[in-house]
Amino acid sequence: MTAAKDSSGQSGFLAIDLDGVRPVDLATTVLAAESAGFHVATFADGPVLEGRPAHRLNALQRAAFAGPLTRSIALVPEVDTVYTEPFHVATQLASLDYVSLGRAGWIATAAAPGDGGSEAAAAVGRLVVDGTALAEEAAASIEVSRRLWDSWEDDAVIRDVATGRYLDASKLHYVDTEGPGYSVKGPAITPRPPQGQLPIFAPAALIGEGHVSPSAVDAVLVSAPTPELLAVEVRDARSRFGAGTAGGPAVIAELDIVLDARGASAAARAALLEPSVRARFVGTAVELTALLDELLAEADGVRLHPADVAVDLEELSRLVLPELRRRGALLPVRNGGTFRELLGLERPASRYASQSTSGIGE
Amino acid sequence: MTNGVITDAGFKPSGQIQFGVFFQGVNSGTIWKSEQSGSQTDFESFRRVAQTAERGLFAAFFLGEGLRLREHLGRPHELDVAGRPDAQTMLAALAAVTSKIGLVATQNTTYNDPADLAHRLSTLDLLSGGRAAWNIVTTDNAWTGANFRRGGYLDHADRYVHAEAFVRTAKRIWDAWDGSGSPSGGSWGRVRHEGQHYTIDVTPRLPRSAQYRPVLFQAGDSPEGRDFAARQSDVIFSAHPKLDDAVQFRKDLIARTAAAGRGPNELQVMPASEFILGATDTEAAEKKEWVRGLQIGPQQAIAYLEQFWGRELSEFDPDGPLPEIDPVVEETSETRGSGFHGAKARQLADQWRAEAKEKGQSIRQFVTSRTARIDSTFTGSYSSVADQLAEYARVGAVDGFNISPWLIPSGLDDIVNHLVPELQERGVYPTEYRGSTLREHLGLPVPSRPGGAGDLAIEAAAAVGSGR
Repeated sequence: MTAAKDSSGQSGFLAIDLDGVRPVDLATTVLAAESAGFHVATFADGPVLEGRPAHRLNALQRAAFAGPLTRSIALVPEVDTVYTEPFHVATQLASLDYVSLGRAGWIATAAAPGDGGSEAAAAVGRLVVDGTALAEEAAASIEVSRRLWDSWEDDAVIRDVATGRYLDASKLHYVDTEGPGYSVKGPAITPRPPQGQLPIFAPAALIGEGHVSPSAVDAVLVSAPTPELLAVEVRDARSRFGAGTAGGPAVIAELDIVLDARGASAAARAALLEPSVRARFVGTAVELTALLDELLAEADGVRLHPADVAVDLEELSRLVLPELRRRGALLPVRNGGTFRELLGLERPASRYASQSTSGIGE
Repeated sequence: MTNGVITDAGFKPSGQIQFGVFFQGVNSGTIWKSEQSGSQTDFESFRRVAQTAERGLFAAFFLGEGLRLREHLGRPHELDVAGRPDAQTMLAALAAVTSKIGLVATQNTTYNDPADLAHRLSTLDLLSGGRAAWNIVTTDNAWTGANFRRGGYLDHADRYVHAEAFVRTAKRIWDAWDGSGSPSGGSWGRVRHEGQHYTIDVTPRLPRSAQYRPVLFQAGDSPEGRDFAARQSDVIFSAHPKLDDAVQFRKDLIARTAAAGRGPNELQVMPASEFILGATDTEAAEKKEWVRGLQIGPQQAIAYLEQFWGRELSEFDPDGPLPEIDPVVEETSETRGSGFHGAKARQLADQWRAEAKEKGQSIRQFVTSRTARIDSTFTGSYSSVADQLAEYARVGAVDGFNISPWLIPSGLDDIVNHLVPELQERGVYPTEYRGSTLREHLGLPVPSRPGGAGDLAIEAAAAVGSGR
């Protein structure tokens, strides 16, 4: 697997998280992000806790809504792996890939107690999952999705009038995957998604030995206590997870941003915010541009979490992205390209493709 | 036409019919062998059907739900269209490229969680500006459960008890928003439910939509299913399209709805249907021959019998008589979908052989007559079919028809271009959308919220154990 960093030297991609955007503003906002040159829109999810945006619609459906409206921006929802049905998650993500013509990705999360996990567990009547069991759930759910996406080979729909067969059963495969306390039989109910495999991102906390294998994901999301420490954290993650080596994931920096905007200083705006778990940049567009230029030289991409999307996107669009583009810090934007192409990933063959003779039909 | 206008229990026919379209994705009725047969999965196919339906002022666009790929004799069934996207994901995308048509997701109550499903349906409702609906279905078998965390946990007999507890919980979640003042000024009630199969404790996160909450469709046809619909649903997606049958079904539902304490017009009826149309009756009849030939090819005919015989029958000639050998199974299995499940195989085989012999039918002719939606197909010229439908509207037999196109993506074109104008001329079809929400299109009342947040907590406590 080739991370974006290797193929493009010093340039990377920019993602913007669209949390907190009202449903009626979603279409215009995602189009504004695409016009501004963002490569990726992400959609945070999870139960609303104190201080989080109150009207948080299901992230995957927000991403799907954006699918037919956009042409270049990748659409990447957070979807929990612990309190969800892995079979449904795989189907929904594959479907997102269909409605976005291959621009879907997945930020696989595992809701920890204290970060929405307790509420999510109570909502579905499950026991709270904690500690290393969280990563086990994430690893299992990712494996189920990966296998289900491969369970229809690319050429499983044959439409062979002579034999009356719409499908070739030998190109369909049971996945028989075990997770903690469950199993999934397969095959998928949705044919193989346009990208074959959707790119999967996961937070660094879930990755490692006894957790989710670095090779099971395409990118790792890292953060740091302050923006100044972020570049160091990215370098550290690159070496820890084998980024840039064969099979190693890309590394994405997570950054909250609060900019001077609409006559209010960033500091004054930041003073009204709850503390964040991520590094938070508070300052001018010029300072942010310098920071992102530096980060994009280390990381494959940066995911920005604006304090207020409506306010900060305007500034990013006007002052930050044009300058980063001028400096060559950003990967080119391509209409009609897939998310995998943006990340420099080949479209993989189904893992079952070489075993066709042992397909279900044989 | 001997049917008088239905007036039971104060029922008032609207005098109108509505159309819905059901993009099935998995069935034997969708023709894939024609040069005009398009993709079953590409977004463009869904966009084309939904936008054509919206041009024809259809009330709703339906999608089914897949939980496990259908099988035939222990392997994936190869002969029919199969492989479809997730309903709500697709509908969320279609919400962006349509502006009026209702968006109906079939979702089961067995392998979903009430809080999660209610949240996703609210999301669709809010993204679409109040156009979402839920077609409630139940399932229970372990074969389907093999794809899910819970496995096959639910007894067949319990499925409606469980489904009703599920739907009541979902409604309480949707009702929990008190809606006072601005959205940011409102507040939520906490919803708790303890039942046999679920324990739920959730503080809902979303406000109500422009149509208050998603419209509820339900498709069960057993007495339990009808009573369930009479208590909980807004529309029943029925299997009774023939006029006399539809009238009886309507009368039965009016009685059941009254028994549930609801008004006679509060539960609407939309039977599943298929239309084979032409400029003349003769042209339509010829088209029907062509359609049936492509729906039930020789392999499909044999496979249909194999499902009931429980063994391979490929040595039999599709153009010959039904097999004299007996089925090797007592009952048909669940693996081809619920319509095939649990039939008494040997009894059926005897019955069918006798029937086919009497009518002089080959395997293929017999199967075509069994499977070809005999009751649900309207065949004829645009004007003669419009006359038939006008009679349904006059009598009040149905509120509309849920059309399964036999061709994707162009299967609605002649309906929208030719049948709809004929119906409009007869004054039995809308000439514009009544409003912007699905509830408005259907003329359904807006639900009233049961009391304030405090009452909800009491109701929640009272509902504890309702699943037992």
